[in-house]
Amino acid sequence: MTTFMDPTSERDPGSRQPLPRPTDLSGKTVGLLDISKPRGDVFIDRLEDLLVQKGLKTRRYKKPTFTRVAPTELKQQIADECDAVIESLAD
Amino acid sequence: MSLIAVVKEECETCRLIVPVLAQLQASSSLEIRSQDNPSFPESLQVTDDTELAYSWQKRIETVPTLIRLDDDGNEVDRTFGWDKTAWERLTGEFLEFDIPAFRPGCGSMTQDPGMPEKLAARFDLEKLQARQLTIASEEDELEACFDRGWSDGLPVIPPTPERVMRMLTGTHRDPAEVVGVVPPDLIPCTVEKIAINAVLAGCKPEYMPVVIAAVEAALQDEFCMHGLLATTYYSGPLVIVNGPISRAIGMNSRGNALGQGNRANATIGRALQLVIRNVGGGKPGGVDRSVFGNPGKYTYCFAEDETNSCWESLSVEKGFNEDDSTVTLFAADGLQGIVDQKSREPESLCRSFAAGLRVAGHPKMVMASDAILVVSPEHERVFRLAEWSKQQVKDRVMELLMIPGEELVRGADGIAEGLPEQFRDKTVPKFREGGFNIVRAGGSAGMFSAIIAGWGASGSIGSTPVTRRIVLTK
Repeated sequence: MTTFMDPTSERDPGSRQPLPRPTDLSGKTVGLLDISKPRGDVFIDRLEDLLVQKGLKTRRYKKPTFTRVAPTELKQQIADECDAVIESLAD
Repeated sequence: MSLIAVVKEECETCRLIVPVLAQLQASSSLEIRSQDNPSFPESLQVTDDTELAYSWQKRIETVPTLIRLDDDGNEVDRTFGWDKTAWERLTGEFLEFDIPAFRPGCGSMTQDPGMPEKLAARFDLEKLQARQLTIASEEDELEACFDRGWSDGLPVIPPTPERVMRMLTGTHRDPAEVVGVVPPDLIPCTVEKIAINAVLAGCKPEYMPVVIAAVEAALQDEFCMHGLLATTYYSGPLVIVNGPISRAIGMNSRGNALGQGNRANATIGRALQLVIRNVGGGKPGGVDRSVFGNPGKYTYCFAEDETNSCWESLSVEKGFNEDDSTVTLFAADGLQGIVDQKSREPESLCRSFAAGLRVAGHPKMVMASDAILVVSPEHERVFRLAEWSKQQVKDRVMELLMIPGEELVRGADGIAEGLPEQFRDKTVPKFREGGFNIVRAGGSAGMFSAIIAGWGASGSIGSTPVTRRIVLTK
């Protein structure tokens, strides 16, 4: 464990913050990432139905295997093509 | 009255005076505090100071140190090393032993390399105000700084308490002192926050007075740091350092003065930018709306070469003494070269300068930006041989930059950009009065000079260069 002295105005929480979440999905493209666990597709199919009913665009992606982190190229592709991503975990 | 002796076994003088300590412990209330071995001297009563808390608190620099306290426990006198006369005076006892009457002591362990900042971080941290953030052991320290948004894009030095404490040894100023309000978030900036950002930037403690002066200058109202940050223009703050401190801290004013490779140049300018970023919250894509920025927005800092110059320096021109150290802040764009290898007469070289300066911003842009001309030694030689002062050069260049309105109006030269038609019959100076300055820097070989044009909003509507004395002592 290391201690750092905060160089900022300390307006933000000191802990590392996740990227800001979109407040509104209208007009946005949502990526659906299947991590290749069994029945992940069932979950994602249902999510996609719900999102499309709301008029959103979706794109499907799949990790080669759930045992490893997503390949860099896949992460870059999702970041390039989508405004948000939902990663499904299923069994 | 009571006595305290601070010793360490490793010190030969401390070992030599063990009989003295034994006598004093038997006859007076002598407390012995040992820095290394808590059972040294053997068979005497010893207080463990291996954590060095007492030695640090009492600012012990040499062992042995003998301190005399009054009945209220306040220190009234101290001596260090072994000096029989001094010890007898302090203790009021005869100290007759078969040992030399004088032996110098050894360095206190509190003074070991790297130790002062460790002890300051351990025992003095409550004197600082900044929030302490805990970084998980799994986190890479450099990546942790990136992740928290503290970096300008290049790696920063992790601001551990030890490093911040060491940085603060570079200034006599109180860490809590507020030196100004940093835009855009208008955050009061303390010396301590400057020190933390100076650590991030890679500064040495001895650069701190320059960094503090640069931050102070940048936060003066006339420098207009908020506008300079927010503008779509190219500019960012440039720091020019004058005076003895630039040489004392090894700044580069010669070959590659505006380039890479010198720690002081590189990190002082970077520290200022990191203060704006981290304390003020000024970031590209946020309030910083620059279309291009310029490479100097990572760091932009150099020293004027004052040695063997025939000209007075920028700070002397601004009314300071040659012995004063100063920073001058200028709202600066990148660098534009002027290559003239043929001129041997001042008039010819001034014409080259003027032709280059004419195009700053746009050949038709007048009374908008300021400019600094950085004259190399080989170009300066032309004026030296002809005995032209810096002021003469400035005056002549400004004369040459009195531009006929017909060249400046909209449509002239087939260019839509330009001044309104009513300027056609007027003559307009390229730069506002006082807006053109010269400094001398650069390598010894090469008949080049460099133009650093400024933000398109100069003077009272934008930024005025600010020169500020660097305070080195209380």
